[in-house]
Amino acid sequence: MSPKTLYDKIWDAHVAHEADDGTCLLYIDRHLVHEVTSPQAFEGLRMTGRTVRAPDKTIAVPDHNVPTTAGREDPKNMTEDSAIQVAALDTNARDFGIHYYPVSDVRQGIVHIVGPEQGWTLPGMTVVCGDSHTATHGAFGALAHGIGTSEVEHVLATQTLIQRKGKNMKVEITGKLAPGVTAKDITLSVIGKTGTAGGTGYVIEYCGEAIRALSMEGRMTVCNMAIEGGARAGLIAPDEKTFEYIKGRPHAPKAAQWEAAMNWWKTLYSDDDAHWDKVVTIKGEDIAPVVTWGTSPEDVLPITASVPAPEDFEGGKVGAAKRSLDYMDLKPGTPLNEIEIDTVFIGSCTNGRIEDLRAAAEILKGKKIKDGMRAMVVPGSGLVRAQAEEEGLADIFKAAGFEWRLAGCSMCLAMNPDQLSPGERCAATSNRNFEGRQGRGGRTHLMSPAMAAAAAVTGKLTDVRELM
Amino acid sequence: MEKFEKLTGIAAPMPLVNIDTDMIIPKQFLKTIKRSGLGVNLFDEMRYDDNGEEIPDFVLNKPQYREAEILVAGDNFGCGSSREHAPWALKDFGIRCVIAPSFADIFYNNCFKNGILPIALPQDQVDVLMKDAEKGANARITVDLEEQTVTMSDGDSFAFEVDSFKKHCLLEGLDDIGLTLEKVGAIDTFEARASAERPWV
Repeated sequence: MSPKTLYDKIWDAHVAHEADDGTCLLYIDRHLVHEVTSPQAFEGLRMTGRTVRAPDKTIAVPDHNVPTTAGREDPKNMTEDSAIQVAALDTNARDFGIHYYPVSDVRQGIVHIVGPEQGWTLPGMTVVCGDSHTATHGAFGALAHGIGTSEVEHVLATQTLIQRKGKNMKVEITGKLAPGVTAKDITLSVIGKTGTAGGTGYVIEYCGEAIRALSMEGRMTVCNMAIEGGARAGLIAPDEKTFEYIKGRPHAPKAAQWEAAMNWWKTLYSDDDAHWDKVVTIKGEDIAPVVTWGTSPEDVLPITASVPAPEDFEGGKVGAAKRSLDYMDLKPGTPLNEIEIDTVFIGSCTNGRIEDLRAAAEILKGKKIKDGMRAMVVPGSGLVRAQAEEEGLADIFKAAGFEWRLAGCSMCLAMNPDQLSPGERCAATSNRNFEGRQGRGGRTHLMSPAMAAAAAVTGKLTDVRELM
Repeated sequence: MEKFEKLTGIAAPMPLVNIDTDMIIPKQFLKTIKRSGLGVNLFDEMRYDDNGEEIPDFVLNKPQYREAEILVAGDNFGCGSSREHAPWALKDFGIRCVIAPSFADIFYNNCFKNGILPIALPQDQVDVLMKDAEKGANARITVDLEEQTVTMSDGDSFAFEVDSFKKHCLLEGLDDIGLTLEKVGAIDTFEARASAERPWV
């Protein structure tokens, strides 16, 4: 047999039909659903008299526009349009008999945090969701990617997707990370190097010593942002850490099925002489704590650097950089660590897990946020929140001056009331710094949870290593 | 789905790289449970000021481009989220074709589900089309999907590539789900075999 990549192996195991022109029907093992990109899909099913083919493989949770403040179980405490979307998901989940975690359930949270937490995401699976950060699940060695609403309807009706195979890209992070450098710095640094379109048409496999050394949560952070590098999916071969993380979770296989699953999971790696269409290698030692300065996730620099000038770039990027600097109100040559911020957001499917909260709390212990700073922590799920309270992290955040919120996507995309006002500048642990992303006229700097915590204390972008 | 065969229309130039889906349709307009009505908010934050008044400099607010049916844009068009609201908003405004050096994968796919043709052409050809589009309403571009050509007002034309299956669906206005359900036997067979081999899934 010819050598295969991990992506090749998962792909081959899920082709239900291949047409003469190479168009395939890819079978989908897990379909995650949220309130914003699904109403039109369910409506489509109703209009055509179709049903959900595999309700037992379909899991829904409201996350994108739910408020993160107390009392949200009462629809009166939501904006009317949000309440309508959440009510539509309630109804659709019930009518079509799919698994559901309503707002009132402690297991509710961001769909990409709930899936792994509940053991729905397993190695070798195909996972889709009407959300581009579905790439997160690739951390388990699953082929996971975002789809549009028409495709959501297609998967609901047929449990397949019409696909052509993508190309294979290897991103190797060699060696060890320096202190203060995290999974977020890895994934941002990769995008800084390859650009936001560098992965277009590819599935990325992240590998190398620095990736192996990451926890499962760190690996989820890395894969989460594959889409910001243009790749629909990013994945990491499963290993003992993966199996250890999964074991015992509510929907993980048990007993004999666990053994059978392990036998297959252990074959899920790229063969030594597999073919790669593109290879990117970065030395772990060369990665510094980074922040973004512009309005594209590729606008990444070490915190020790200065704001670049448009002339530092080429082609269309010159104009884009000029527009970014205008929007961000930054002058070329300003040291990044002199940029003052007024808002800190810790959360999102990128960095809303327990280890992220621990890393931020470690910096904040015994400290206060800068006067006038608005800072909030939005745990990725109700269970993450409960665990953080049990570990005393919530007390650290509250004592430092952070708001301690309920779970949801919150200020990552600002569909709910958690938003920036025009001109506000935020240190955010989320994944996109686009114009208006966190609110019209709002300015976003992306970074790791520890870096965001450091910025909350000093009031400006800060090298976390100075506070360690 | 609406068919796409041949289109002759005004092309609007947007010489900006990385036009993301948050620009195309900001999140506050995603709270709809319908597919229609998003055109008025297409490029909302670039198109309107804080008081909701049109910004005259924005290309689609200029008299000569208000009826544009084609967009010519920079690299990596449609990057960002998977929101199909982006092609819905384009379509609702009247845009049926986007030409750029490259597209983000999910957006590219979403276009085909909504009767919109995204065309990727080399940068130098997009540069020529951009210049043509900048001439304003006199510069009508013709896009012929069957022939896979883009023809400018002066008669010069470029050939483009498109996946044969996607082309077929767009030309005929076919419903993907209906097509897939014709292969339900293959799905049944696959599902039975997969659940025997991987019963834990």
